[in-house]
Amino acid sequence: MFAQLLSDIGSLWAKYGTVYLNGIANTLILATVSTLIGCVIGFFCGILQTIPCGPGENIVKRVLLKVLRIIIRAYVEIFRGTPMILQAVFIYYGMPYFFGISFKDIWTVSIIVVSINTGAYMAESVRGGIMSIDSGQFEGAKAIGMNHWQTMLYIILPQTLRNIMPQIGNNYIINVKDTSVMFIIGFSDFFAVHKMVSGAVFKYFPSAFMEMGGYLCLTLLASFLLRRLEKKLAGKSNYELVNTDQLVMTAGTYQYPSDAGAPFDESSREYKGENQ
Amino acid sequence: MSEHILEIRHLSKTFGTHAVLKDIDFTVNKGDVTTIIGASGSGKSTLLRCINLLETLTTGEILFHGQDVSKGKINSSAYRAKVGMVFQSFNLFNNLTVLSNCMIGQQKVLKIPADEAKKRALHYLNKVGMAPYINARPDQISGGQKQRVAIARALAMEPEVLLFDEPTSALDPEMVGEVLDVMKSLATKDNMTMLVVTHEMSFAREVSTHVVYMADGIIEEEGKPEKIFTNPENQRTRDFLKRILNE
Repeated sequence: MFAQLLSDIGSLWAKYGTVYLNGIANTLILATVSTLIGCVIGFFCGILQTIPCGPGENIVKRVLLKVLRIIIRAYVEIFRGTPMILQAVFIYYGMPYFFGISFKDIWTVSIIVVSINTGAYMAESVRGGIMSIDSGQFEGAKAIGMNHWQTMLYIILPQTLRNIMPQIGNNYIINVKDTSVMFIIGFSDFFAVHKMVSGAVFKYFPSAFMEMGGYLCLTLLASFLLRRLEKKLAGKSNYELVNTDQLVMTAGTYQYPSDAGAPFDESSREYKGENQ
Repeated sequence: MSEHILEIRHLSKTFGTHAVLKDIDFTVNKGDVTTIIGASGSGKSTLLRCINLLETLTTGEILFHGQDVSKGKINSSAYRAKVGMVFQSFNLFNNLTVLSNCMIGQQKVLKIPADEAKKRALHYLNKVGMAPYINARPDQISGGQKQRVAIARALAMEPEVLLFDEPTSALDPEMVGEVLDVMKSLATKDNMTMLVVTHEMSFAREVSTHVVYMADGIIEEEGKPEKIFTNPENQRTRDFLKRILNE
């Protein structure tokens, strides 16, 4: 049985190897680009949602912020609450229907759909990440005169990014797998290759076997790389002193001299000995 | 007569129905080292946070060089850049090194180029004895060291007045000294204008030029430290000092 499976896979690979590889490449590119754009959308929504709005602000700003928050809320709820496969159909066929815009390039529409879908999830992750940052970080930044954008860009979001890295990893892996629904509008990703090849040669199981293995390899590789990135973001675990701190007293030499003492310690025997 | 930097006029602050500050009035002159003392919950920290506009005032005004900064007419970021603040919990930026903590405000708020910002940051880090630690991140240094970096960060903005919100309260007793030493040298050697909320009575007595005693959201008594500590007029001040100095 296994011999049969192996020979089937072998023949599929010999004939369609490059097609499969091409599918993998398309899947990876779509997932990576869309996750990155989705992150940018998410962070942008995060900044907009946390613009401070006290009772002292003028009415125009308050109304604008309120409207902005409603729009972001609606965006998140709509794109989180409907299947991506339908969103793809909706946008791909809806745009020519309503606006007369048709997409010549399947890449553009695929990236748009996956990006805004990811962005909706990321917006919530980023909001959670920002909420988890100690309010002292905001106050410290405010106290040296930073405005909201500066505070967010240089202080809060870098810390948020580190905290939500596991979430971003989740989204990336989900995207690697779920971009497979884009076959519905004709995007030739890894899964679309399976449909095409197995339809042509009727070897459903061997092809599915390869697909399973391929997707698992991709996601394991992604997990591994994301862990590495997380470690890198955590920064160095040690640091070099440039010289010594003059104000900190070295433990043990000042307050609690040992019996033998040290030459530079006033209460040591050597010190007294030298003076006598 | 010396120059007024900050004038607090009829400031009051309520949280819901609870009045934390009631009709506070006082002035900070250039070169003053004012300490605000009083029991916990008397509104000292809230007052300091109001002065830095971290809290919105309920009524009253804050004049900075005679200009009202509390009503949002002038840019609060620009004002905060000129009024430094040192927090009880340090609030160093966890994502940046010690050096970057002292540079980021200069670069982004004051638009100072990187090499000059670095020079200035090192100058102030040297002053607080933290120059060796420029490559460390805040979670790698001790509380006293963090607070000294926080002071350097505030100084690097070259503010006209520096606010300290209980700078030693979160520190282990053995680290209090190093922070107070830095503050003392700022007051005596650099003539920095400082407004310090503190429970360190020896600092208030020896270093400050003006002492404000607060209780229940009002200023009960203020004056020279010699007078407040040796001959307070107010009965509550007397009771408070007796209680805290006998500990």
